Amino acid sequence: MNNTLKYIALLVVGTHILISCDPEFENELDNRTPASSGKADFSKYVALGNSLTAGVADGTLYLDGQIASYPNIMAEQMEFAGGGEFKQPLISDNLGGLLINGQYNPLALPVRRVLRLTASNCSEGEETVSPSPVLVDGTPTTEATTVLPGSFNNMGVPGAKSFHLGLKGYGNPTGIGTTANPYYVRFASNPEASVIEDAIAQQPTFFTLWIGNNDILGYATSGGTGVNQTGNLDPRSYGGNDITDPNVFASSYSGYVEALTGIGAKGVLINLPDVTSIPFFTTVPNNALVLTAEQAAGLTSFFQVYAGIFAQGLVLQGLATPEQAQALAAQYAITFNEGPNRFLIDVPPSSTNPQGFRQMTNNELLLLTIDQCELRTQGYGSVVLTPEVLQVLGKIQQGGTPTAEEGLLVLNAVNSIDDKDVLDSAEIAEITTAKEAYNATIKGLAEAKGLAFLDADTLLKEVATTGIRVDGGIVTSEFVRGGGFSLDGVHLTPRGYALIANNIMRVTNETYDSKLTLVQPGTYKTITVE
Amino acid sequence: MRKLLVLGLFTLMAGAIYAGGYRTSLQGQRSLAMGHAGVAVVNSAELVFFNPAGLVYLENKLNISTGAVGIISKGKYQNFGTNQEAETTNDTSVVPSFYASYALNEYFSVGLGVYAPYGSTISWEKDWAGSHLVNEISLAAIYINPTISLKLADVFSIGGGPIFAVGSVEFNRNRDRTLTDRNGIRSNVTIEDSGVTGVGYKAGFLFSPHEDIRFGVTYMSKIILEVEDGDATFSNFPDIAQIPNTSTFSAELPLPAEVTVGLAYQVTDKFLLALDFNRTLWSAYESLDLTFGDGIPASKNPRNYKNSSVYRLGLQYDPTEKITLRAGYYHDETPVRLDYFSPETPRPDANGYTGGITYNINDHFAIDASFLYLTFQETTASYNGYFENDVAAPFEGTYIANAFIPGIGITYKL
Repeated sequence: MNNTLKYIALLVVGTHILISCDPEFENELDNRTPASSGKADFSKYVALGNSLTAGVADGTLYLDGQIASYPNIMAEQMEFAGGGEFKQPLISDNLGGLLINGQYNPLALPVRRVLRLTASNCSEGEETVSPSPVLVDGTPTTEATTVLPGSFNNMGVPGAKSFHLGLKGYGNPTGIGTTANPYYVRFASNPEASVIEDAIAQQPTFFTLWIGNNDILGYATSGGTGVNQTGNLDPRSYGGNDITDPNVFASSYSGYVEALTGIGAKGVLINLPDVTSIPFFTTVPNNALVLTAEQAAGLTSFFQVYAGIFAQGLVLQGLATPEQAQALAAQYAITFNEGPNRFLIDVPPSSTNPQGFRQMTNNELLLLTIDQCELRTQGYGSVVLTPEVLQVLGKIQQGGTPTAEEGLLVLNAVNSIDDKDVLDSAEIAEITTAKEAYNATIKGLAEAKGLAFLDADTLLKEVATTGIRVDGGIVTSEFVRGGGFSLDGVHLTPRGYALIANNIMRVTNETYDSKLTLVQPGTYKTITVE
Repeated sequence: MRKLLVLGLFTLMAGAIYAGGYRTSLQGQRSLAMGHAGVAVVNSAELVFFNPAGLVYLENKLNISTGAVGIISKGKYQNFGTNQEAETTNDTSVVPSFYASYALNEYFSVGLGVYAPYGSTISWEKDWAGSHLVNEISLAAIYINPTISLKLADVFSIGGGPIFAVGSVEFNRNRDRTLTDRNGIRSNVTIEDSGVTGVGYKAGFLFSPHEDIRFGVTYMSKIILEVEDGDATFSNFPDIAQIPNTSTFSAELPLPAEVTVGLAYQVTDKFLLALDFNRTLWSAYESLDLTFGDGIPASKNPRNYKNSSVYRLGLQYDPTEKITLRAGYYHDETPVRLDYFSPETPRPDANGYTGGITYNINDHFAIDASFLYLTFQETTASYNGYFENDVAAPFEGTYIANAFIPGIGITYKL
């Protein structure tokens, strides 16, 4: 029995020893040897840029978007290669948006968008329910004028243009609405500071710079209603929707790069993508005027009548000979076909196009913000055929001659798309020219300073054309479904930002021989559906 | 009444783990203490499980062995590529067993066993890196197995009987790697069913070519548990998905066949050596396919298990009349392929170290204690059977686990 007790005691002791023995990996993750940072030093990483750097998605800055910002994704990976703490000026919730002195302005600083089943009664009496991007319920809880203490590694300022980063007072609360940016107000070190000063003061060892998108984006998303300021070297005179002069861009941009490399920081310069390939411009097709054979014939004959009335008017007013009038009017005798047809858009009236409208060309773009209901049901982009107009048309078809008032009724029935809803080919050319000039500056500086360089232009072109295959899917630019772009059609999803982070880390590794591990984009969210 | 009580105990069982796949090697204290070898060892009613042919050689008319093991296990996951890590919560569970045999005469015995050869309980941290494959799973199959044992000659006997299996399953995982509801809570699916039945059989023989040597073979047939109209719960899905909160599911889970060949050698009066070899026909587990009601898309989860072997060695030593000491070792090969390694049954190759003691209180009663220390070899593997949008999203990582399994039981002889 004594022996038995001994054995039992042994069993009990043995049990105790073994129970407290959790399995151990040969190399525990927590005790891993740091990955090499190569020739780079990630101990103090500062990210400079605009909304794309801040992590804006779904139309606003919100908490989850910031956590999935490309600088934060990179900082998490840098942590295993000597990276230090990475602080972001976090919004306090997932509603997003900002209050200014307690006031909520959903047009300027809205809450985020989600995809929600929404009823619409676009066609009269016929209610349809479909998933649509809508503002989430609730109001922002983050006050812009509450200045956060300390300095921040993510210095992305939504809305900032290239020259704004060097602008003193850009974070002055009294300048909100005029010269200041509410997002920078939140974390500026003092009201007279500039973003670049605050960045340099942190003595970064590593930086990323992705600025300049807004120098063309505002122009693009306003449908080109701004001014192309090329040739105007005074950015203080620019409006929000203007294109920045490429020399202004170059001098601002090179100033930042000089300042950052001047303190010995290494980093990555990221060029500017083609804004016209983002879903904001590619979602509403320019040929969505879908007609039956009868409708097409009707519209074609309407425009024959239109051309006739226009020519007749010119001759009657003595402004042209019949031959000249015929030649000028011919452009308005537009032919429509069964199936999809391109819409009509406004253009500035000119001697060659006195009526100031024409049919869209293949590469011209409609904005996501256009009223698609009007487009579908109210003749926006073609003709509003009221009973009165139809009466006049009937009279003419029966061989009658319209009165001057009746003629005007027909001419005014044309409802071409407003300039604010469309990017025409001239505007696209201006945007592309400016972008190419900015990108030449960026590439040249990267080469001159030996910095890493990411060609985001090519990368996002690939997303927009073939898509990019990641774990668990193909990321494309298709609105809602593509996975790359968020519900504002301009900013990326967390998955899109992960793709950017991976590519920045790739060029970092290539340039500096570092060993940052890429992330799996498929594990990052796309849009939020309700 | 007593039988009901025993069955009641079994239904309380929290499931279990350990052995390749979801096979558990925990079918009796005496054999477990000897590396779970026992196909040719004649020392208790545990033979109902190990080899019913041997029951007829038991000395007593009535033999009862019953007991339970407690499982304390821990599993860990890490991935240097993604910097992710996770642990299973320190679940403990209990697996009982009950065996009885009665000799009607010198040539014919009957027996009954109630035991749980298949089961698995794993709880990872909720929403961990592999939560699209499993958050938690609890699987248990109880076998009720009446047997007969016939002595055809002094050196040769056969035995066997039908198996009535009763299974239960509860399984939760996230819908995919990113989908959430409007509040950011991950969309997840739970499937649950109990009282799922299946029928199979067991058969074996025992041959003693020499008075000190026994050779045995046992075959346990495959049983397929077919779930029909089990409960499926869809939680935290977005409204747009238009998936009902509750629906039904159907699935088939194979409990594979197993062949055991073994040898027992009475080295001296006091020493017995046992060697067993198991071959479990895991290739039956090709895929776990869930179909749902209400037009909800089915879920296909390839498993591609391969047949696997276990090598067992056991020693028994009787220092005194009152005491028997046992020790053993086994090596358990995983049936899971390295490219289809799912964290739902993260079972790499394992080594089991066992020991135990029997104390004979009197001629009728004995107490059997056992322990098993199981270590799973550190394994880096990947699950390549997961797809999103028809594009593979492999789940890679390194796994390690161990388990400590003490057991206690009573043997009654009359």
